[in-house]
Amino acid sequence: MRILKFSGLALAASGAAASPTVGQAADLTVSVEIPKLNVAEYHRPYVALWIEKPDQTAVRTLAVWYDTKLKANEGATWLKDMRTWWRRAGRSLNLPADGVSGPTKAPGRHVVSFSGGQLAGLAPGDYALSVEAAREVGGREVLRVPFSWPPRGAKTATATGSTELGAVSVTVKP
Amino acid sequence: MSSALRIAAVAALLSLAAAPAAQAHRAWLLPGSTVLSGAEPWVTVDGAISNTLFYADHQPMRLDGLKAIGPDGTEVPLQNASTGKYRSTFDVKLAQPGTYKIVTATDMTMASYKIGGETKRWRGAAADVATAIPKDATDVQVSRNVRRIETFVTSGAPSTGALKPTGKGLELEPITHPNDLVASEKGRFRLLLDGKPAAGVEVEVVLGGVRYRAKGPELKIMTGGDGVFEVAWPEAGMYWIEAGVRGAPNGSAPAQNAAYIATVEVLPD
Repeated sequence: MRILKFSGLALAASGAAASPTVGQAADLTVSVEIPKLNVAEYHRPYVALWIEKPDQTAVRTLAVWYDTKLKANEGATWLKDMRTWWRRAGRSLNLPADGVSGPTKAPGRHVVSFSGGQLAGLAPGDYALSVEAAREVGGREVLRVPFSWPPRGAKTATATGSTELGAVSVTVKP
Repeated sequence: MSSALRIAAVAALLSLAAAPAAQAHRAWLLPGSTVLSGAEPWVTVDGAISNTLFYADHQPMRLDGLKAIGPDGTEVPLQNASTGKYRSTFDVKLAQPGTYKIVTATDMTMASYKIGGETKRWRGAAADVATAIPKDATDVQVSRNVRRIETFVTSGAPSTGALKPTGKGLELEPITHPNDLVASEKGRFRLLLDGKPAAGVEVEVVLGGVRYRAKGPELKIMTGGDGVFEVAWPEAGMYWIEAGVRGAPNGSAPAQNAAYIATVEVLPD
């Protein structure tokens, strides 16, 4: 227990992937498709990925893709447009955060993997990986994909968006 | 028009004029947004008294006495304030994270009395009423009218430092934070009168955007014994909440009237 905790803290501080500790080899891979939209004015969406419990309380924010390049962190002005994530998790976070913040992504399929410290301390149980996309001069969409932790075997679950998100899949592996 | 009818009509007009807030006119503050992110966001706010809720079509709200209170309880200056024909507008810079209360509170004493067979009216501060009414006046009626109009905006996570009740007049003590409202969850609030739970008071909750609907939604909710009322929001939107109490004169003490108005935004899930 102490080892797990220590490892989690160390990773949170460094924000980098470290060598897996015993019991932390499991990983969670998320594939997010950002649809190509035929609109007059297109801006890449802001996207948040977070883990929540079945009652929708947020457990951990894994990634926030927003405009990180603007001066004086001005891109943070529109983080609240990801309303669901903002209310459940974002408003209590300090962004930018190492290992969580990242630039917005172009239309297409994006695959991100989380393991080790990013998932350290995640109590065994049922969860959902939530994905929310909010686009300037566009809409907003939230998808939830259930998963169980720790994984007992490789498992994939999917959901498909209708407006701001395409296919989202979540794969957990022991 | 017969003279009897004419007298009745004049009397009706006078009684209307004496009512502290005519039903048709609603006073409101309308923030451009209520939930904000980023380092130092700004909010623009309009204020007016209008016939159609949130459409400035009658009188601007007077800005003297209007304050913005920051998360630490201190006053924050209003910027770019201006009063137009139909509405006032101003900006608030949210320099520190947390919840800001924007409030205008008035305490007006009104009196009517007869002297030499003529009815006179007076309004002013409570301290001046004794000297304002002549000693030989008859039919003296005095009322004290305390009114608060509020709205709330939050940068980052909601906080409660700005929301402390003053203990004067009707106030809203949030149980659900006023900047943490979503359509799928009920909002709970406690109505206070002079700092104590206001039981059995009717609260009106009106959804904005009425111009585009035939009617409502308008809810009427009664506060419980603990002053608490619960709102099941029909949908997301900007809501106007109003409550009022009218007191009877008690001996030489004036009738105590109090009114409370708040604008809150309910977001979609």
